Amino acid sequence: MDEIKLYAEEPDPIPEDQLEEFKVGEDSFMTTMSVKYKNRKPYEPINLKVIKAAIPGVIRKHYVKVGDKVKLGDKLVVLEAMKMKNDILSTDSGVVEEIYVKIGDRIPKEALLVKLK
Amino acid sequence: MSLKTKTSDLKKRMKDAVQGGGSQAIEKQKAGGKLTARERILALLDKESFHEYDLFVEHAGRDFDMDKKYLPGDGVVTGTGTIQGHPVCIYAQDFTVAGGSLGYMHAKKIAKIMDHAMKLKVPIIGINDSGGARIQEGVNSLAGYGEIFYRNTQASGYIPQISVILGPCAGGAVYSPALTDFVFVVDKISKMFITGPEVIKTVLGEEISMEDLGGAKVHATITGNAHFYAESELECFEQIKELVSYIPWNNTKTADPYPPKNPRSRSYKIDSIFPTNPKQPYDVRNIIMAICDDSKFFEVQERWAANIVIGFARMNGQTVGFVANQPLVLAGVLDVDSSNKAGRFIRFCDSFNIPLVTLVDLPGYLPGIDQEHAGVIRHGAKVLYAYSEATVPKTTVILRKAYGGGYIAMCSNHLRADFVFAWPTAEIAVMGPEGAANIIFRKEITTAENPEEMRKLKIKEYKEKFANPYVAAAYGYVDAVIEPSETRKFVLHALEISKDKDVKGPKKKHGIPPF
Repeated sequence: MDEIKLYAEEPDPIPEDQLEEFKVGEDSFMTTMSVKYKNRKPYEPINLKVIKAAIPGVIRKHYVKVGDKVKLGDKLVVLEAMKMKNDILSTDSGVVEEIYVKIGDRIPKEALLVKLK
Repeated sequence: MSLKTKTSDLKKRMKDAVQGGGSQAIEKQKAGGKLTARERILALLDKESFHEYDLFVEHAGRDFDMDKKYLPGDGVVTGTGTIQGHPVCIYAQDFTVAGGSLGYMHAKKIAKIMDHAMKLKVPIIGINDSGGARIQEGVNSLAGYGEIFYRNTQASGYIPQISVILGPCAGGAVYSPALTDFVFVVDKISKMFITGPEVIKTVLGEEISMEDLGGAKVHATITGNAHFYAESELECFEQIKELVSYIPWNNTKTADPYPPKNPRSRSYKIDSIFPTNPKQPYDVRNIIMAICDDSKFFEVQERWAANIVIGFARMNGQTVGFVANQPLVLAGVLDVDSSNKAGRFIRFCDSFNIPLVTLVDLPGYLPGIDQEHAGVIRHGAKVLYAYSEATVPKTTVILRKAYGGGYIAMCSNHLRADFVFAWPTAEIAVMGPEGAANIIFRKEITTAENPEEMRKLKIKEYKEKFANPYVAAAYGYVDAVIEPSETRKFVLHALEISKDKDVKGPKKKHGIPPF
């Protein structure tokens, strides 16, 4: 087995090839980016007319079809998740423009369900 | 019966008990690169120091035919011993016995050794390797976990608590490590999660391996739940021994002194490590090593939130806790993760009488929607809280940038640092020169014939006037502007002179830090 080393002997050189310019406010600095920072999710503005799945699960029922008029709080689909059948409610009023899921679809978190006009 | 017969009966009983789950189960355990529970304890403790208790404890399961089963020691080994002469209480779950599952008596053994640790005021080390609650014992195994969590909380800040994850640690079981001070993980061996891949698959339909869900790397780099990461169990034990050498036995003591040593100044030379241009990065760990004894810095949470560096080192043989912004990663900004990392470490040091040395070089808090929405206000406040609350000696050295809220948070004079030193390269200001010039001289810049030239001129003017340590020094916010090469001398003196520091906050039950 390799010898177990708990301490550095010499300073490591700065990884010049990994340096990037990073802006904090209006001042910028040369630095490396953490993986977590690079992989951060881009921000999406909240759009109440697009209804997404808050948890992954299976679509069990449609309450509406394209062209139906819906009000805020109306039932749209049934999403079975966490061993429960969850009614997914409309977050706005409008006309159903598109339904992205079929009955029996297994969908991930954040999947598009319904879009309103 | 003669004494000899009685003794040989005892020996036989002991022999039966220490075999754990038997040769087949032990073989399986070893195939995964794992040691057995007793081997682990022996590898960690000083030779011949381990004394085992409760070897003959039997499990209390009565349902589902459990009463017909014999589970040696009920799947956990407990005892006391020493690590490099430091006394510790220790327990190790034995996966070869019923998968190390936690039943009523198993939990009682752990609770008992924790009670010992509290009474004797010595650290408690828990080696976790368990499939979880023993389902056959029902609510009694839940009670067992609850008893352990309660003791973890009572012991917090009273005696050091160390968790070593050497196998699965799932469901409720993970909350004991989470409540302790330091969590050690080993690649390919440690697995920690609240709900495992199986449950996630049945309930949510998402597929993920145990390793990707809660393996050692995940906890060392992404979640921050682990403090030390090792490639093998033996490396992990070396890390634990090293950590124990830096911390006191309990909160009324200070860590053992070691023979003082000078830094290895040929390898670690501030002049060659440190760029004066505030835009250029360097590895702040090298500055720590240029200051501390023998240039030995024992880093904590090396792989998580690397934009702040925390860890232990010695100054003239005495343990200190270093907290330093890392300009090499994300320019050293404070963000949600780094604030959590620093805040907790500061509170550990304060609880266990370990003086804090803070090295400052940061442009401020990390800007961004994801940070704001992740609650950087609340998390960032933890650093302010922890530093303000800490009453151990606090020494701060400002190396370069100390802008805005970041300046205040990094153990400034205002949060009651005992001594604030600044290098001549320090820039203590409300914000960076470019941002500041744009605001202060907006009118001059926009109305100028050549705005870009005027902007440059004004930035230069601002830099000369304010991007230095002397404005803060003029108000007494900086105690001394020092030559970088004199840092060790000044910090050593500050630590020496504040040995009997005695500061008490207002009397209260406890504060309410922004958890």
